[in-house]
Amino acid sequence: MTAEPQNMDVFLKGIWKENPVFVMALGMCPVLAVTNSVINALAMGLATTFVLVMSNISVSLIRKLIPKQVRIATYILIIATFVTVVEYLIQAISVEVHKALGAFISLIVVNCIILGRAEAFASKNGVFKSILDALGMGFGFTIAVLSLGVVREVLGSGTFAGFRVMPANFEPWVIMVLPGGAFFVLGGWLMLFAWLRERSVKRSEV
Amino acid sequence: MSVDSPGFIFISAALINNFVLSYFLGICPFLGVSGKIETASRMGMAVTFVMLVSSLCAFGINIALEAIGAPYLRLISYIVVIASSVQLVEMFIKKFSPALFRALGIFLPLITTNCSILGLALFQTSREYNLVQSIFFALGAGAGFSLALVLMAGIREELDLADTPSIVKGIAIVLLVGGILSMAFMGFAGLGGGS
Repeated sequence: MTAEPQNMDVFLKGIWKENPVFVMALGMCPVLAVTNSVINALAMGLATTFVLVMSNISVSLIRKLIPKQVRIATYILIIATFVTVVEYLIQAISVEVHKALGAFISLIVVNCIILGRAEAFASKNGVFKSILDALGMGFGFTIAVLSLGVVREVLGSGTFAGFRVMPANFEPWVIMVLPGGAFFVLGGWLMLFAWLRERSVKRSEV
Repeated sequence: MSVDSPGFIFISAALINNFVLSYFLGICPFLGVSGKIETASRMGMAVTFVMLVSSLCAFGINIALEAIGAPYLRLISYIVVIASSVQLVEMFIKKFSPALFRALGIFLPLITTNCSILGLALFQTSREYNLVQSIFFALGAGAGFSLALVLMAGIREELDLADTPSIVKGIAIVLLVGGILSMAFMGFAGLGGGS
């Protein structure tokens, strides 16, 4: 790695190499909780991305003004402010989605990914890089919640974003929309990635 | 038993709607600190205590915010209260049990970002619980969290000895076990009297 990472790398690492959910296992609560349908997952992913971008911008802008001792408290306040904005925004756009996500919109505040990026990246880098980092991490998160949401909705209710995709005589796997299914699907994805990684390591040895 | 009685709220929060296994709150410590029964049970106690304190504070704050007509400040004030009560617990544990302090490590300050605590405060507000109900709700949620954590720790201590395939090592196996635990807890649904 060079001392000055390329802009493109900053963006891409969040999506694959340092994917917040699949690789770093951060922010698991919303990933498991709101992924019982594609729409909910997408709304959650976008809301989190928005908060991530805004908080990274703010933290990056004022990073030289914050005394070291109170930085975490400052970050939390910044994040809580933007989450409040998002909550009212979602309520204004779609009451239905707001109801489905419930307390989990407010709980974006305690999503470790956002605080983690503020502390690990935005507090040390300029505004432009921080935006790229936030976008990369946000998309990585969105992809992760979507990959759970798609599997759970297609298998659990036989629909995709509300449209029926499975044949009419398909018996839905009810467990997939219940809490247990979330654990199984995420566990399954992690196993798949571990298998892929192991295979590529073996290939490079040969 | 009526749905609003303190006893029902306790059982509902601890078993039927277990915070970890059916609401997915507090998954990070559930995955992170569930390696040993000893640590898990103490983590459970610390979280329960923080829950109780922040539940009481949240109750007071909510009344104050309603009085001045500023509900949009709710989230910000809750998180500040939780952060301070975590700080309090941290100082307390550091003074009385340095060994436990070291064992909990980074997960102690991370209780602040434990969603189960903020989730508890938000749920109790949205369900409009009164003071007694809030206290039982906090105790139930804490008991449920500790129960899930200790159960998981017990299973993981056994798992360490088991011969698991290399691809499920680490978090994947914990998630699969968590899924099975969650299914087991679904069996408590009948206790709710069809609610």
